[in-house]
Amino acid sequence: MYAPSFAAPTTVAEAVQLLANASGVARVLAGGTDLLVQLRSGMLKPDLIVDTKRIPELRTITTEGGGYRIGASVSGAEANEHAGLSKDWPGVVEAVELIGSTQIQGRASFVGNLCNASPAADSVPALVAAGATAVIAGPNGEREVPVEDVPTAPGRTSLAKGEMVVAVKLPPKPARTGDAYLRFIPRTEMDIAVVGAGVCVTLDGSGKCTAAKVSLGAVAPTVLIVPDAAAALVGSKLDDAALAALDAAARAACKPISDKRGTIEYRTKVAGVLARRAAATAFKRAGA
Amino acid sequence: MAKHHISTTINGEPVEFLCSTEQTMLDVLRDELHLTGTKEGCATGDCGACSITVDDRLVCSCLMLGVEAEGHAVQTIEGMADGDQLHPLQQKFLEYAALQCGICTPGFLIASRALLERNPDPTEEEARYWLAGNLCRCTGYDKIIRAVLDTAADMRGAS
Repeated sequence: MYAPSFAAPTTVAEAVQLLANASGVARVLAGGTDLLVQLRSGMLKPDLIVDTKRIPELRTITTEGGGYRIGASVSGAEANEHAGLSKDWPGVVEAVELIGSTQIQGRASFVGNLCNASPAADSVPALVAAGATAVIAGPNGEREVPVEDVPTAPGRTSLAKGEMVVAVKLPPKPARTGDAYLRFIPRTEMDIAVVGAGVCVTLDGSGKCTAAKVSLGAVAPTVLIVPDAAAALVGSKLDDAALAALDAAARAACKPISDKRGTIEYRTKVAGVLARRAAATAFKRAGA
Repeated sequence: MAKHHISTTINGEPVEFLCSTEQTMLDVLRDELHLTGTKEGCATGDCGACSITVDDRLVCSCLMLGVEAEGHAVQTIEGMADGDQLHPLQQKFLEYAALQCGICTPGFLIASRALLERNPDPTEEEARYWLAGNLCRCTGYDKIIRAVLDTAADMRGAS
């Protein structure tokens, strides 16, 4: 009978050692909202499950040099209740909050959303737009990479054996900067993104955009960064010409599939619309 | 692998149980502890029938392993009434006929209590979003939402 081993280490070093020395498949359990579904369906039969919720530093959101370090086991509900994080990075918080129900929010984590590597992960485009990094612990110590370098294909990550993401880090928010995330689903709640769009902009004193980052989800195998869409915003005060250029650049970047949630044509069209709407919110939050 | 020996608190009482790694908290509640008030609907975290609270946080017990309960405080529907005295939400669900087949009801009650503990005066929209992860195929939701909002009003009046 299938009977996986279970460990709940209290330090990162211990967790890394368990993962590195595991024979067969080892999986990290944070919120478990994806892992338990995969277990239940028989899609995945890990030999070892490592629960990371007993590691104190993975359970907290800390401020670091004006930015934030969000531990790998912090739930969406905990992120949402963190006043500083919600104030500085509302786009990131609204993105994680869109994942699932109240019950899912009680457990689901940013890092789990990232490492599950779904093309439609809601928090990932928002993290990418905000310039977040992932802190990865492994047998050779810690390394830090842009979050977009973690997922490599649907369900696959760049993590080597024995490695685990221990936190995501958000940079200090520059002055007059705003971020926003929007996703489209055909109902009001409890669905998976047809398209997601994350935008982060920085403005000068006159309200003109000096820096921008635009990211799209669910329109390619992994999260997209769209430099042409960002370039359309830089130098503008979000006039109609800039919005049209943003829309066109977002559509041009899409490489979606057709499935039950939407066709290629539909997803491409919606990506442009969402990019425009998210940009409008980001400008507003930046103080335009 | 040998079973895990877990010490936890359920509805305020210390409880010990044995479980294997792959058993969910829902499996443990129903099959090991015979607390069958918590229901299995989808078993994939979509329907909310298995809602419990862990350290006062609302979760789906189907998406939690039994071993994770070690040292935590779990609340289930069995702890909601005080003896024969129904919780105000339970009483109001009866008055409003906010249930028909009843499978979703324990989950709705646990989730509604968690809402009112955080927000004693929710708007209808807030209540509907909070309960979006609890599915009911009988009532059409309206009676449930009315019952929750009316309970909130009563509880505010009583305090």
